[in-house]
Amino acid sequence: MSQVKLNARNITTDEFFYGHKACGGCGESLALRLALKILGEDAYLSLPAGCMSAVSFIYPNMAFKNNAIITPFAATAAVATGIEAGLRAKYLSGKRDKAPLSVAFAGDGGTADIGIQALSGAIDRGEKFIYICTDNEAYMNTGIQKSGLTPFGAATTTTPSGKVIRGTLTEKKNMFEIVAAHGISYAATASMGYLEDFMNKVQKAKDAPGPAYIHVFAPCPTGWGHESDETIDVAKEVVDTGLWYLAEFENGQFKLNKSFEQFAPITPYLKRQSRFKHLLEEDVAAIEAARDLKWETLRTWK
Amino acid sequence: MKDFKMVPVPKLARLSDMPMGSSCLSFHITEGNAGWRVFRPVIHLDKCVGCHRCYLVCPDGAIHKEADGTFVVDYNFCKGCGVCAYECKPKAITMEKEDQYV
Repeated sequence: MSQVKLNARNITTDEFFYGHKACGGCGESLALRLALKILGEDAYLSLPAGCMSAVSFIYPNMAFKNNAIITPFAATAAVATGIEAGLRAKYLSGKRDKAPLSVAFAGDGGTADIGIQALSGAIDRGEKFIYICTDNEAYMNTGIQKSGLTPFGAATTTTPSGKVIRGTLTEKKNMFEIVAAHGISYAATASMGYLEDFMNKVQKAKDAPGPAYIHVFAPCPTGWGHESDETIDVAKEVVDTGLWYLAEFENGQFKLNKSFEQFAPITPYLKRQSRFKHLLEEDVAAIEAARDLKWETLRTWK
Repeated sequence: MKDFKMVPVPKLARLSDMPMGSSCLSFHITEGNAGWRVFRPVIHLDKCVGCHRCYLVCPDGAIHKEADGTFVVDYNFCKGCGVCAYECKPKAITMEKEDQYV
């Protein structure tokens, strides 16, 4: 159990995810890089089809220092718990001296749409593994199709903006609370704008006695249409506007990590991304109203 | 120092140098990403305050701290996304056109 708060100075200088082919300014690859610095070399990784497996397992390249496997799309959590069971068997029989650590990294589609059944089953079995969902709000690897975590109003290639229908009509699925409703040991939301917060949550997930889930908001410059150098700033702004929140679920209790009296204005955040460029004032007002409704629940968490 | 630098980059001169089957050794990295860059980050050490921010935010892990305390960019793997320069508070990193370095 680490009591010291992790920051850039006290994490390992070793790299475990290097030379990958992700787009410049990719928020998702930064999430993996920093998470692996906390998890260390002994973590076994399971990745479904998605950006992070496509950019790291390019034959004959292998960008991970850890052991990693590409899983069937719908079976990420099942594979991760299977690996954990194997490692635990070796550990208990004395063939391996390190405690098992199995980690799944999946995108938002691989978590909220395709992999949700395997994830639900794995959490239900109560095996110790870590599931990190890197949420970039669409199927970016295959060409920006709408997923269950695409927010209202965002234009994707399957929900383009037209004269009548302006982008996605559905709201973002509330994945964090769906996972927490299982009674999971540890669940948290994070953002690439608050990196220290994210790293400490990964450490907490590592120390949790049972399954742990982290939902990290990771901007995608290619899919969202913002400048590649603004990745961290966009992820910070989304928290400050209240459209994303930093929270934890532990011991059956929700806890809000960052609360706001006054939110940052929502329009600059939306207008810096080309996926929201088409939105009219009424759409922005609708997004704002949905946010305020959401925060009525969030404020009760304390 | 980065341990990665100690891993020898394999040369793929002949077919037998390629990994067998669909699996690879860890960190089997055969090529860099330098050709992706349009702008390259240049660290001005006189302005650098050593806050580690650029090292933390680099999605490629291409910035690391040397033993003497200075920060160095690994230009073989830097993609020139500019996150480090954007996040650098004392503006110690500037993005400069790549063609003047060729």
